[in-house]
Amino acid sequence: MTQRRNLQGNEACALGAIRAGCRFFAGYPITPSSEVAEAMARELPRVGGTFIQMEDEIASMGAVVGASMGGVKAMTATSGPGFSLKQENLGYACGAEVPCVIVNVMRGGPSTGMPTRPSQGDIMQTRWGTHGDHSIIVLAPASVAEAYSETIRAVNLSETLRVPVVVLLDEVVGHLVETVDLDAIPAGAEVWRKFATGPREGFEPYAVTDDLVPPMPRPGDGYRSHTTGLTHGPSGFPTQVPDQARAAIQRLSDKLDLHREAIESYRTRAIEDAEVLIVAIGITARAAQAAVTDLRAQGVRAGLFRPVTLWPFPEQALRDTVENSGARAVIVPEMNQGQMVLEVERLLAGRAEVHRLNRIDGEVIAPAQIARKAIEVLA
Amino acid sequence: MKDAMEQVASRDAGSAAEFDIRQYVRLDQMPHFLCPGCGHGIALRALLWAIHDLGLDKDKLAVVSGIGCSGRLSAYVDANSFHTTHGRPLAFATGLALARPDLHVIVITGDGDSLAIGGNHLIHACRRNLNMTCMMLNNEVYGMTGGQVSPTTSAGRLTTTTPAGNSEPVFDACALAAGAGATFVGREVTMQIVALRNLLRDAITHDGFSFVEVMSDCTEIFGRKNDLGSSPEMILSQKSAMRPFAYRNTVDEPFRPNTMPTGVLARHERAEYGAAYREMCARRQDKGAK
Repeated sequence: MTQRRNLQGNEACALGAIRAGCRFFAGYPITPSSEVAEAMARELPRVGGTFIQMEDEIASMGAVVGASMGGVKAMTATSGPGFSLKQENLGYACGAEVPCVIVNVMRGGPSTGMPTRPSQGDIMQTRWGTHGDHSIIVLAPASVAEAYSETIRAVNLSETLRVPVVVLLDEVVGHLVETVDLDAIPAGAEVWRKFATGPREGFEPYAVTDDLVPPMPRPGDGYRSHTTGLTHGPSGFPTQVPDQARAAIQRLSDKLDLHREAIESYRTRAIEDAEVLIVAIGITARAAQAAVTDLRAQGVRAGLFRPVTLWPFPEQALRDTVENSGARAVIVPEMNQGQMVLEVERLLAGRAEVHRLNRIDGEVIAPAQIARKAIEVLA
Repeated sequence: MKDAMEQVASRDAGSAAEFDIRQYVRLDQMPHFLCPGCGHGIALRALLWAIHDLGLDKDKLAVVSGIGCSGRLSAYVDANSFHTTHGRPLAFATGLALARPDLHVIVITGDGDSLAIGGNHLIHACRRNLNMTCMMLNNEVYGMTGGQVSPTTSAGRLTTTTPAGNSEPVFDACALAAGAGATFVGREVTMQIVALRNLLRDAITHDGFSFVEVMSDCTEIFGRKNDLGSSPEMILSQKSAMRPFAYRNTVDEPFRPNTMPTGVLARHERAEYGAAYREMCARRQDKGAK
C-alpha cells in the first residue's frame, strides 16, 4: 500500500525524527525553519511526546540536552542567528556526549542576513561553530525524501555514538514540497543509545569501552552519576590531570574515526569516466545533477560527487572517485564565498585542479551556470 | 570546630529521623573546594536536610547547576547531578523535568548565574510554573572569577570591576520572581539553617515552580575587599539586615535597604505546567483533532 503525499522538507525532518523515536522537541520561532517546530508541536502529543517553545534559542538547546540526559530522544531546529546562539550548549552536548539532533536550515548571512533567501553559508559553522576541539556529525539532505531518511539516520547516529548530529538543510530543501511515500522509505529498526546496566557500585560513566562509546546512565536507574561540561575523566568528575585530560578529549574524535564507515555517506552520478567532477550538497547538488545530464547530452564527460554526510567529510571516497575516474578538473559550486571547497582543495591537493563557483546573492545556483563553468574549465 | 560539629549534630537529631549529611554527599569528592567561611556549604546542608526530611529517593533526585561557585555544588550531592552551562541550568532542568516528570528536579544557581546571564530563563521558569525548585545562592559577587560586581552587589561596594564602588541598583531576586509569576517565593539567611530547611521543604513540596533565595556570604573575596569582617560577622550582619515577613511593615517597598524580608514571600496555586500541557494534549486527542 502506498501513501503518496505532498510534503515539505522541514516537515519531513519532523516526521523522520518521530519515526526514529524522538519524543522531545524544544524550539524557538525562526525563519526558515519554523515549520519543523510547528510540525513537532502538532505531531509529538499524538505519540506521547512533549513539545515546548522556549524563551530563546539558547534555552531550547539547553532543554533538548536536558531531556536527552533524562533518557528521551530529543531534537531542536533553527537557522543562522539561532544556530549561532545554540553553539554553547551544543558544545556541552559534544563534551558531555549527550545524544541530540539539531536541524539547521541555512539562510543568507552574516547576522540577520536574508531570512527568506537560501544560502550554504553555515558549512564551516556546523563543523567548528562551538569552541574548543570537538567532533560532530553533519548530514546534508538534498530532497524531501532524504530530509526524512537523513533525520532518521541523524537520530540513530546520535544515539549509537552519543554525539550531536546536525541535519543541515538550505532554505530551498527546507521549503521544497515534493511528492513522497514515507512508508516506502526504509526506516529500519528503532535504535537506542546503550544505557548503563550492571553494578551501581564503582560505576564509571565515561569508562573507555572497545567501541569508545560509554554506556549512558539514565536517571532513576540507580547510578547517580555526575555530568559536566568541564573536562572529565572516566568517573565523570572534573580533571586537570594532563594524561586524563588528553585521553578524554582525544577519545571524542577517536570515537568518530572508529565509526567512520557507519557515519559516512555519499552519492555519485556518472563518475566512471568523468573528466570534470562536480562536488556539491543540498539544492546545489540537485542543480549539479541537472548540469551533469545536460553536459553528457552535449558529449561532455561530467560527473557528480555528493557528500550526504558533510562532516566528517567522506575523504577517501572523494579521493578514490577522482583517481578512478581520472577527472582532471573538479568544480565546487556552493551558495557561499567558498567553504566546502577548502576541504576539497585540501583533499585533492596535487591530484586535480579545483575550481570554485560561488553565489552569495540569495539566489540558487542554476544548472546552466554549472554547465558553463564545466565547459570553461575543460577548455 | 569539633564542638560546633557536635552542636550541629545534636540540633539535627531533633528532626523526625536522624539526618546524617554523609548519606547525601559524595564523600569521595571531599574535601570540597569552597573557601573557609563560605555560606554555600550551609545552604547545601539545609537543602540536603530538607531532602532527608521529605524522604526523597536519591535515585529520583536530579540536581542541576550552572556555572560559578554555586555551580560546583551539584558535584557534591549523591544524586543524578548535572553541572551545565553558565546561566542555563533552568533551561536544562526544564527539558529534564518535562521529559521525566517522575524526577525531583532541584536547580542550584547563583546571583550572577540566574539574574545576569540567565535572567531570561529565570523569569520564564517563574511564569511557566513547571514543577521544580530553584535555590539561588546570593553572595553579591562573582566569586569564581575573582570578585566582579553582580546584579545583587549592594550599593557602594567595592569589587574588582567597581574599583570606585558599585553605582548600580540592586536586583531584588524575590520581587523579580514574584513579579514574573512564581507561585512560591521565599528568602532566608544561612544563619537560620532550621528556617532555611523548613523553607526548602515547603518549596520542594510545592506543586509548580518554587524559588528560594539564600543570602550567602563570600568572606574570602567580597568580605575581605569590603572589610566586612569574618564569616560569623558577615552572617550576623546579614541576619540583622533581614526581618521575617510577618514583621514586614505595611509599606510594600522591595528596594528598602537593610529590611529584606525573609520567609515565604509569595505562595499561590496555579496549574503546574507539565500536567497542564499533558492534559491539554490529551483533551485535543479525545476531540479527534487532526
